[in-house]
Order: sequence, then C-alpha cells, then structure tokens
Amino acid sequence: MSFSHEDVQRLIKLLDSSHFDELHLEAEGIKLSLRRNGATSTVPAPVGSIPVATASPAAPPARAAAPAPAPAAAAAAAAASAGDASLLEIRAPMLGTFYGAPKPGAEPFVAIGGRVSVDSAVGIIEVMKLMNSISAGTEGVLVEVLVRDGDLVEFDQVLMRVRPA
Amino acid sequence: MKTADQLAVDGPIRRVLVANRGEIAVRVIRTLRRLGIESVLAVSAADRNSMGARLADRAVCIGPARATDSYLSIGTLIEAARGVGAQAVHPGYGFLSERAEFAAACTEHGLIFIGPTAEQIERVGNKLEARRCAGEADVPVAPGGPVEDLPAALALAEEIGYPVLIKAVGGGGGRGLKRANTPAELTALFDLASSEALAAFGDGRVYVECFVTQGRHVEVQILGDGESVIHLGDRDCSVQRRYQKLIEEAPAPSLTDTMRYELHAAAVRFSEHIGYRSLGTVEFLVDVARQRFYFLEMNARIQVEHPVTEQITGLDLVAEQIVVAQGHKLRLTQADVRLSGHAIECRINAEDPTHDFRPAPGKVSVVHFPVWPDLRVDTHIEAGAMIPPYYDSMIAKVIATGGTREQARKLLESSLSEIRVDGVLTNIALHRAVLATPEFSEGGFDTGFLGRFLAGSGAAAFGTPTAQTSSIGKR
Repeated sequence: MSFSHEDVQRLIKLLDSSHFDELHLEAEGIKLSLRRNGATSTVPAPVGSIPVATASPAAPPARAAAPAPAPAAAAAAAAASAGDASLLEIRAPMLGTFYGAPKPGAEPFVAIGGRVSVDSAVGIIEVMKLMNSISAGTEGVLVEVLVRDGDLVEFDQVLMRVRPA
Repeated sequence: MKTADQLAVDGPIRRVLVANRGEIAVRVIRTLRRLGIESVLAVSAADRNSMGARLADRAVCIGPARATDSYLSIGTLIEAARGVGAQAVHPGYGFLSERAEFAAACTEHGLIFIGPTAEQIERVGNKLEARRCAGEADVPVAPGGPVEDLPAALALAEEIGYPVLIKAVGGGGGRGLKRANTPAELTALFDLASSEALAAFGDGRVYVECFVTQGRHVEVQILGDGESVIHLGDRDCSVQRRYQKLIEEAPAPSLTDTMRYELHAAAVRFSEHIGYRSLGTVEFLVDVARQRFYFLEMNARIQVEHPVTEQITGLDLVAEQIVVAQGHKLRLTQADVRLSGHAIECRINAEDPTHDFRPAPGKVSVVHFPVWPDLRVDTHIEAGAMIPPYYDSMIAKVIATGGTREQARKLLESSLSEIRVDGVLTNIALHRAVLATPEFSEGGFDTGFLGRFLAGSGAAAFGTPTAQTSSIGKR
C-alpha cells in the first residue's frame, strides 16, 4: 500500500470536514496520525524535511516505510500553524540537541502560559558538548512548544510559538 | 565472487549522512537508494529545496547559506550525523572531504568516515610529505623542493632552470600556484604566493618545482582496502583553465603502452606505500617532450571526473567505496578490472564565457538534457532550481561513452547542442568549440591547450576584452 501526497491532502480535508479531533491510520508500511490544531501534540519534523523511519535502523531496506508518511506530518504541521497567523515563532539558531530545562529534572526555562521577553532564555541547544543558550528574541506569552527534550533540531526550525503581548 | 551491491549492504552501515551538496550529493544518494541504504542529506538553508534534499530519505538543515557555517562546520555535521542515527558519513569532494580533522572527528564519535584514514589524508594533504612518500615508493617527482625564503627560492630556481612553479605546501586545486619565468618574476611573486597560501590553507610554506612547458595532466584511479591496492585505469584532464579542469576523459589518449603501464604501476606503488584505504587518485604530470612523468599529488576522495572511469570499467565507484567502508577487503583483483571503450566528460558551469567566465548564478527556468544510451548526465539541476551564489558554479557533468574516442567525442558534441538550460549563462558553447578543434580530435593536447585556444582561434567568441587587447599587443 502506498500513499501519495494527494491521498494525504484528501485525508486532511476529510478530518477537517468531520467533527473528530484526531485521525490515526495504520496500514502495511505506513503509520499516519493527524490532529486538529496540534494542541495536544508535538510535531518534531519541520516543514520540508522527511523523517527517517525511527523503528528500523537495523532492518533495511526501510524505504517503503520512510518517505510516505512524511508529507502528512509536514502538511499537518503546516495546517496547525496556519490556524493562527498572529503567533510569533522562536526558531533554532543552529542545529543541535534541544533541551528545555537547564539540567535534567529541573523546571523548564519557561512553561506554557509563561511570559517571555526578548532576552529570556527559553532553551539550550547542545552542539558537540557545547551548551548554547537560546533566547526568545521576542515578547509575549508562550502558547506552544513544538520540540521535546533531546530532539535533534535543525537550523531555523520553529521551536516555540508565542502570543504577542 | 560477490557483487559490490551485495557487499555494500553487508556490514554496520545502514544509514549514511551525506555531508555535501550539488551533483555529488545526488550522485551518492542515488547509489545509496539503489542499495537500500538510508540517506540523510545535510543541507544549508540555501539548499533546502535542492534535488538532493528531495531524493534523500531525509534532509536536515545544518546552518545558513555561508559554507563556513554549514558545509564546513565539523561540529554541526558530527552532531547531525549522530542526531539522525547515521552510522557513516560520506564527504563527497571539496568541502570537508580532505580535512583530516573531520575524518578524525567522525572516528572519535563512532562514525565511519567513507574515505581514507585521517592520517592518510594528512600525509597526502601535505605536499612536501607526499613528495617524500613518492620518493620512498620510487615514484618520480619533478625537480624542486621546499624553500624557506626568497634567496633560497632564487638559488633553487637557478639550479633546476626557469620557468618554475611556486606551490603551496598545504595547497591544491591551483590556489597559491604561481609560474615564474625569470628571477625578476620569482622575486615579485614569491611573497604573494606565500601569503595566498597562508590565507587559503593556513600554512604559508611554499616549494619551488620545475615547470614542464609541454605537460599533460594524467591521473590514475586507485582503490585500496588499507593493505592491497588496485588501479582502475587512467584519465586525462589536460583541458584546464587556470588549473581548473574542464574536460576529462578515460583512458588518456596518445600514451605509449609502456608509459601507461608505468603510470599505473607508480600509482599503485605510491598508494600501497602509505597503506591507502578507499578511493583515491594519483595525479601525474606527463612531460611530452621528454616522455617522462612526475608525481603531482594524491587526491584522497572521490573525484569530480569519476564517471568517465565508471563508464569504461562498468563499476559503481561509490558502491565500491562503501564496500571498503563496511570493512571488507577488496573484492576485485587487478585481473578482474576490465577496461573497455572510451568516455569523455564536460563540466557544465553556470558562468559567463564573454566576461572571463565569471560565475553566473540565478534561477533555472527550463532545463533539458538529451537521453541516449551512451550518454550520462550527472546533475542536481531541474526546472525552477536556484543556483546559489555561495558555492561553486558547476551545474552538470555530461559524459559520452563510445567504442572509440571519436565515437564518444561525436556523441558528446551533438548532445551538447541539444542541452537547454534557460535562466542562467553556461559554458556549453565553449565545450562545443573545444570538442570541434582538430587538436582535441587528435588527442594530443597539453595543459596549455585551452589557454592558447582562448587567446587564439577562440578569442573572437570567448576572449575577454583584456585578453583580446593583450593578444593584439603581442603582434
């Protein structure tokens, strides 16, 4: 079974016109999850990138499994963010491993609903054991965190969204 | 005997981070896809929508367009490779491919570097050390040697005779390379060459070498596993402009059987001497007048011009490289390598031939390459593609193969006229003009050929205003 970009677009439309908030679909070689507004989920894959199948690094060829669901995640993320154009984005200034707290187990730098100012530290990106502090660069109330601790984040990837004060 | 495709997937490598861009990224990803090995392409922000990013199983953005902050950032690439769960890194050519510290960093972080060892890169990257290794392996080097200062350079030049070349110890690719015809020129150029070398390679040391007036650039493709080495034939890359190769072919035309045999043997001797692992190229300068050859340098990576060798050997060199990286011994003996036919490659660059071949980046609106059984096009360009101004200007390699050299040349010439690349200027017309010259047809050209063509019969079409003035001035 293979999925085209059009198929995914159709599913998104289907979900959109329904009264359901989530759609999960599992078939041979693909796994697709769509959520309305993305409120309860995190979408680690930035738009335009294709997540490698995480399940099977030891079992090639994983080709059939890898690329198909990707446009779904990307499209879903795009659909979620397009919902509220007034939000400001905090982006990753470099590629590295993201941490939302100063050390394991500690309180996060900033929680959902918390206020940030331009210089507020909102996270850390580790590159080759060097910890780089990430500042908000903007002002407002944090409404969404799109990455999890330990995620590889790409250069310019959207990490968080902020409602302007 | 197992095939390369079987052995290339037999080992720890399941996912490869490709640390490069452009056509070589596409080339490497194609082999990975064919083999069923997952590919992750590290892209700069300027290359997010490139063909390579689309073909790879995943693309990760490693930084902004500027290469120093992306393709040349060792820490970021290691972090990316580890973060995506790759077992190996393919460096392509250029960028970090011949930086020993990158190979060392990969090894240090448990990543397989698809190439030679850091120590081998270091040894062949230092031109003086490489010359010394050549001497030890009984491979002839051009008369010359290191010089501390200008008086030493003048004394050495007097001994070996003018013209001489000033070369950077840490260099390559033509940078820091100066030709001096007289002691006065050597005096004027010495400091310049040294500071250029310092700026480009972080090492201002230079050496002086005899300049071969009528020389041909012939190189030998080798493949080693750290113990044994075989050669995969030779290539001629004499059609150069300012030391940048433009047309390459395999096998090198107009070599005597003895000379060819000796070149192959010398390349294998040199590589065995340093216990070379992976793909590599040993470059020689063939002195046409004296029928002798000298070791120039070794390139410890896959070459731009590797397709011409693939065309006449029937091998996938990237797959062979991965076989060795998986930890296998060489699967081929020298007798297994069969060379047949002839292949010629033209490097198509986005540049303006009427303005001294300055790079002409831009957006490609329409692109068409002819399709033909013996024609191969390695490219990353498709309609709508941006050719960013940050990187080199090569947009495609067009490779024609034939039973004979003349068949390949004719096919290439006619195919070039069919290529359409709208939106940017290219050097295609120059390639067509060069392929049509009697000198190229006969295959007896040397490294000065293209320069003479541009100043002479090609001046009207391709000469720059300054070049035309100077050629008139000489008369």
